[in-house]
Amino acid sequence: MVGSLILRGLIVGLVAGLLAFGCAKLIGEPQVDKAIAYEAQRDAAKGEAPSEEIVSREVQSSLGLLAGVLVYGTAVGGLFALAFAFVSGRVGRIGPRGLAALLALAGFLAIVLVPQLKYPANPPSVGDPETIGHRTALFFIMMAASIATMVGMVNLSLRLKRRLGAWNAALVAAGLFILIIAGVQLLLPDVNEIPDDFPAVVLWRFREASLAIQLVLWAGIGLGFGWLTERSASGQFRFSTPARAH
Amino acid sequence: MAHLTVEPVSIPVIPVRELLPWAILGGLVMLLAIYFVGSEQGATSLINGMYVHEFVHDGRHLLGFPCH
Ligand SMILES: [Zn+2]
Repeated sequence: MVGSLILRGLIVGLVAGLLAFGCAKLIGEPQVDKAIAYEAQRDAAKGEAPSEEIVSREVQSSLGLLAGVLVYGTAVGGLFALAFAFVSGRVGRIGPRGLAALLALAGFLAIVLVPQLKYPANPPSVGDPETIGHRTALFFIMMAASIATMVGMVNLSLRLKRRLGAWNAALVAAGLFILIIAGVQLLLPDVNEIPDDFPAVVLWRFREASLAIQLVLWAGIGLGFGWLTERSASGQFRFSTPARAH
Repeated sequence: MAHLTVEPVSIPVIPVRELLPWAILGGLVMLLAIYFVGSEQGATSLINGMYVHEFVHDGRHLLGFPCH
C-alpha cells in the first residue's frame, strides 16, 4: 500500500518535473542568460577575468537543468506520496482527488511561496558567495517555520471544525497562519545583496519564472497523483462503475 | 438513476507503524536527493570540488535555492 503510493508519487513527480523543465527552459533560461551577461559585463568593467567554467553553459542550461529539475521533482513527488499516505483518512471525509489537490496547495504555500516571499529566488550574479552559509541557514529556518505553522494550523482547523463548521474553522486557521508567518518574517533578518545597477526587470522576470516552475511542478503532482489514486481506488472498490442496466 | 450516484471513494487509514519504515528510509533518500540539487557544494559539501554545484547550477537558482 505505502510502497505503491510512493512509487506513484515518484512517477508523477518525474512527469511533473518534465513539465517544470519545459517551463524552466522556456521562461527561466532567458533570464539566467541575461543575468550571466550582466555578470560578464561587470567583471569586464572591473578588469577581472571571467570566472573559469567547470561545466559549460550549454551543459548547465540543458542536461544540468534537466537533471536538477527531474531529481527535485521526483523527490518532491515521493515525499508528497508519504505525506498523502499519512493524511489520507485522517483529515475528514474527502476523496483522493480533492485530498491530493489540497495537500499540493498546502505544500506549495508552505514550502515554496512563504519562504520565497521572505527570501526570493535570485538569478546568478546577485548573491555574495561569502554569505552562502548564512543565507542557506535563514532560508531553511524560514521553510521549517512555515511547514510547522502549516501543520499546526491544519490541525487547529480540524479541531475547530465541529464547533465552527468547516468553512469558519478554515478561515480562523488561515488568518492565524498569516499572522504567525508575518511575525516570523518580521523577526528574521533581511537579505539584500542585489547590485545597485542590476536590471530590475530581469530580477522580476526571473522570480516570476521561478514561481511558475514550482507552480507547474506542484500542480502537476497534486492533480496527477489525485487522478491516478482516485482511478485505482475506484477500480478496486468499483464505486464509480454504474450497475449495468438490465 | 439512483444506481448511478457515485459514492465518494473512501480512503483507508494507514497505521503509523506501517508508515514509519517507509518514511524514515524513503524520506531520507528523497531529502538527500533534494539536498544534492539544492545545497551540495554550497553552504556544505559532502563531495569535494564544485562539479555537482556547477552541474545543477541553473536548476538550483531557478528552483529558488540560495546560491551565489
Ligand atoms: Zn549560482
